[in-house]
Amino acid sequence: MNQDKQREHALAAIAAGIRSDGRGLLEYREFTVERGVSSTAHGSSRVQSGDQIVIAGVKFELGTPYPDTPLDGSLMVSAELLPLSNRVFEAGPPSIDSIELARVTDRTIRESKALDLSSLCIEPSKSSWTVAVDIAPINANGSLFDISALAALVAIRDARKPFVEGRVPDYERLTDERLELVRLPITVTVYKVGAYFIVDPTQDEERYCDARLSIATLDSETVCALQKGLAGSLTIADIETMVDIALRKGVELRALVTAA
Amino acid sequence: MSRNDANAKPYTERADGRSWTQTRPISARAGVIPQADGSALFTIGKSTAYAAVYGPREIHPKFLANPNTGVLRCSYNMQPFSGPGARSRSGPSRRSKEISLVTQRALEPVVDLSEFPNTVVDVFIEFIETDAGSRCAGICAAAIALADAGITMKDMVGAIAVGHVDGQTLVDLDGVEEHLGNEVADIPVAMIAATGEITLLQMDGITNTKTLLAALGEAHSCIKEIAKVQRQALLDRYSEVKQ
Repeated sequence: MNQDKQREHALAAIAAGIRSDGRGLLEYREFTVERGVSSTAHGSSRVQSGDQIVIAGVKFELGTPYPDTPLDGSLMVSAELLPLSNRVFEAGPPSIDSIELARVTDRTIRESKALDLSSLCIEPSKSSWTVAVDIAPINANGSLFDISALAALVAIRDARKPFVEGRVPDYERLTDERLELVRLPITVTVYKVGAYFIVDPTQDEERYCDARLSIATLDSETVCALQKGLAGSLTIADIETMVDIALRKGVELRALVTAA
Repeated sequence: MSRNDANAKPYTERADGRSWTQTRPISARAGVIPQADGSALFTIGKSTAYAAVYGPREIHPKFLANPNTGVLRCSYNMQPFSGPGARSRSGPSRRSKEISLVTQRALEPVVDLSEFPNTVVDVFIEFIETDAGSRCAGICAAAIALADAGITMKDMVGAIAVGHVDGQTLVDLDGVEEHLGNEVADIPVAMIAATGEITLLQMDGITNTKTLLAALGEAHSCIKEIAKVQRQALLDRYSEVKQ
């Protein structure tokens, strides 16, 4: 089958409300959320959704506050599309897709102000923590934005600060002090396919998507970050529908985080 | 023989209570990464390696192609949170490149890619936690993943770090034992399980002929046991499919 035929076929199925794996249009693959999967990380998580697997790990790093925010620590989110996780990912410097995934995940947590950065300050202008979150897809099959944001959030909730004696951190001894998350930002990426909207596309489905909008929400009515992607365009009416979907699905995914 | 630290106490029993010839708990699973042509998860103590095999497939850059056989290409990578201590930078380093090379050399002797000239079989190894012995854990995972991918192999390759502390031979040193102030030799070894032929051998420390040979003997005993775990992982994978 050529590409046009395949797209036509996929669209017909979506119009009938059925996806190739039997899911409804706004149904995620089934999630399993675990924490504490890496003994060397200061916090970690493993989120599986269908066959997708993402592991996130947190390390604290003791450093100096940025000159323009002397009372704050900092957050750093990195992601790498590992060639281990899918045959299309290549070894080498981070691809633009890795960078976008890291930036969208970073923005979800940063802009929600879920993490009180002032709680990471040890001594103003002199000493503060950086919370470094690394996201590692182990098996990638489709959209990674939502699962990565979930994994990052669960890993942050799992993290405990290392001991500090004098100004010297002991990264191998952890205190019982956890990071306080005042909100639980959830990313829901809604994909537009023809006249329809779906979430959590597989790699096959992703090929037929025209545009996507990653929407981070704090609760059933508050949006905290957006990122439009792919080559297609969206109308204002599309945005209204997509935000509505994200707010509703966000409530569902948030429950997974609190249960983990 | 001199010690690294003159004040180090004699190491008379192992910190975690193991006998000198006992490995840490080992577990293995095959087929954990559905996107890959073959994959495995291998854990020894608190060192956990994922391995994925892709190929035989087209090789880039082209000049690496061999018209007589397919080539094996291994990549060893630690996640930034997978080391003890501070976060490490991701991506290639001198250390990870060298370990990728010796991993490849450890596996090449059992792999037959002569049916696939001009192609590559890529093996990607990723760690989510490490507590010594990671290159050996990576080789164990990679060997299972290659078999899972249906690559023609003469036999299983297993690997274990052996060594001695103050002249006492021991197997599977953990992070604490690697960094004792006592006189320590740390010898990662990979072997073809059935024949005991050595395909990886490195050493940090000081030894002599007698202790080295004793340590290699212990390595072969361990690797025969590890090969059973590796085989069982493959059997479990395919009995799952049958059900």
